[in-house]
Amino acid sequence: MTTLTARSPFFDVNITRELFPILNREVNNKLLVYLDNAATSQKPQSVIDALTNYYSNYNSNIHRGIHTLAEEATAAYEATRVTAQEFINAASAEEIIFTRGTTEGINLVAYTWGRQNIYAGDEIIISGMEHHSNIVPWQILCEEKKAILKVIPVTDDGELDLDEYKNLLSSKTKLVSIVHVSNALGTVNPVKEIIDAAHNVGAVVMVDGAQSTVHLDIDVQKMNCDFFAFSGHKVYGPTGIGVLYGKKEILESMPVFMGGGEMIKEVTFAKTTYNDLPYKYEAGTPNIADTIALRTALDFITETGKIFVRKHENELLEYATEQLEAIPGLKIIGKAKEKVSLVSFVIKNIHPQDIGVLLDNQGIAVRTGHHCTQPLMAHFGIPGTVRASFAMYNTKEEIDRLVTGLQKAIKMLS
Amino acid sequence: MENIKSIKETEEEIIEAFSYLETWEEKYEYIIELGKKLPPLDEEYKVEENIIKGCQSTVWLASDYYDGKVYFKADSDAMIVKGLVSMLIAVLSGHTPDEIINSKIDFIREIGMMTHLAQTRSNGLLSMIKQIKNYALVYKSIETVEKTI
Repeated sequence: MTTLTARSPFFDVNITRELFPILNREVNNKLLVYLDNAATSQKPQSVIDALTNYYSNYNSNIHRGIHTLAEEATAAYEATRVTAQEFINAASAEEIIFTRGTTEGINLVAYTWGRQNIYAGDEIIISGMEHHSNIVPWQILCEEKKAILKVIPVTDDGELDLDEYKNLLSSKTKLVSIVHVSNALGTVNPVKEIIDAAHNVGAVVMVDGAQSTVHLDIDVQKMNCDFFAFSGHKVYGPTGIGVLYGKKEILESMPVFMGGGEMIKEVTFAKTTYNDLPYKYEAGTPNIADTIALRTALDFITETGKIFVRKHENELLEYATEQLEAIPGLKIIGKAKEKVSLVSFVIKNIHPQDIGVLLDNQGIAVRTGHHCTQPLMAHFGIPGTVRASFAMYNTKEEIDRLVTGLQKAIKMLS
Repeated sequence: MENIKSIKETEEEIIEAFSYLETWEEKYEYIIELGKKLPPLDEEYKVEENIIKGCQSTVWLASDYYDGKVYFKADSDAMIVKGLVSMLIAVLSGHTPDEIINSKIDFIREIGMMTHLAQTRSNGLLSMIKQIKNYALVYKSIETVEKTI
């Protein structure tokens, strides 16, 4: 009788690893163990090839060229929009705006929708586990408009206090901007519930999908968020490219963000009329190469199969949690019931940075520090954590190396 | 305590000590030991204006100036940084502002700790060195002003 294993016959981590050239690298004379995937993921050869292929064969400015290269580049660029639309199940490709990343997506909404719709006394709700990118743009807006920023508290397990959230909601709430998955804790937030409650008081909802898009199935229509932003480099794609999704009717009603070429319909010195969606928000020559390679990255994920990858990553999370918890003095920060494959922890009487330095000397890359979530770190009363975050190409053997590396670091520091 | 050795001499001593340490483990164990040995800074010095804020760890650096020489005291919440700071102080404390300003501080490269000068470690030894030299500059200018008066 064959036993069913959790590992899918369609997903083999060893085959997957061969697709990522950087994983053959040595750091400090040891084979690299890359566990900083929540900061950025590594790139498969196909993504790297898509970039060089563009520059080698059809580099050209897009949309207004009449020649062959311009047509090829335009077609490839616009193909990514359709792929991104399908990847997050947006209703139409016009709802996909290319940005530099999640941060720019959030700022775009703050500077356009926010400027237009937020007035003195209005309230914006964020949570206590937001990345600085989903705090600062709203603080700037609140200061300018004399609006009020409210914060959903975080529980000791690292979950959002939803009862408190519901208490914060009122007719004054104009916007809720919430992280889908916490970059510091791994918590998966119940966005659907959060969105529905916000819509009940007439508020608009923005979801920061920087950490969730690579792990979870994203369906913006089902989620019913008004805005959703993610970054290419965290989904095995290039840096400098991201996606902002917005519901069409909202995007159409918003003022423009940056002025320049591409975003206009007609320019005279008396008056300029603006282009239609999505070009209205894509002023200037865009990041063509990285946009084209983003499609390769999204296709790569889809072809590998998110469901199989998730299974593998959940196994890694479970194994890592178990192994790490066995280390004396180690405390995991963030014990939410729903987590992605990321473990944040502190070790008694040892500064995270010391751990980071000693792991690096053993070829192990983790992130240490406050993870751009200083208010969250303050909530837990710690200067920062050590964070190991896993991707589809990580293995249990690598977690073993992390554990051995940690034991060695602790011994050296005690 | 007045430093009777020159900056260069102390640097050479450190380089020599590290030359006996072969593996990275030995080197870091030594740095960690130096960190542990550095007496903790009195709470009165652990104030905002003495903080050299990095992205990850905090360093407190206090200075004093008498008989023409600058003296430094420091602390950090991270042990490796503290060890590195301890070496910097051993090298630079107890010297004249000019000696400090003109020092090249080559030993960090020589002992293989260049990575700690990198921007990414933004707790940066670099910003510590900068701050130490800033103090020296300030004391020098005060001295010059006093002499003119």
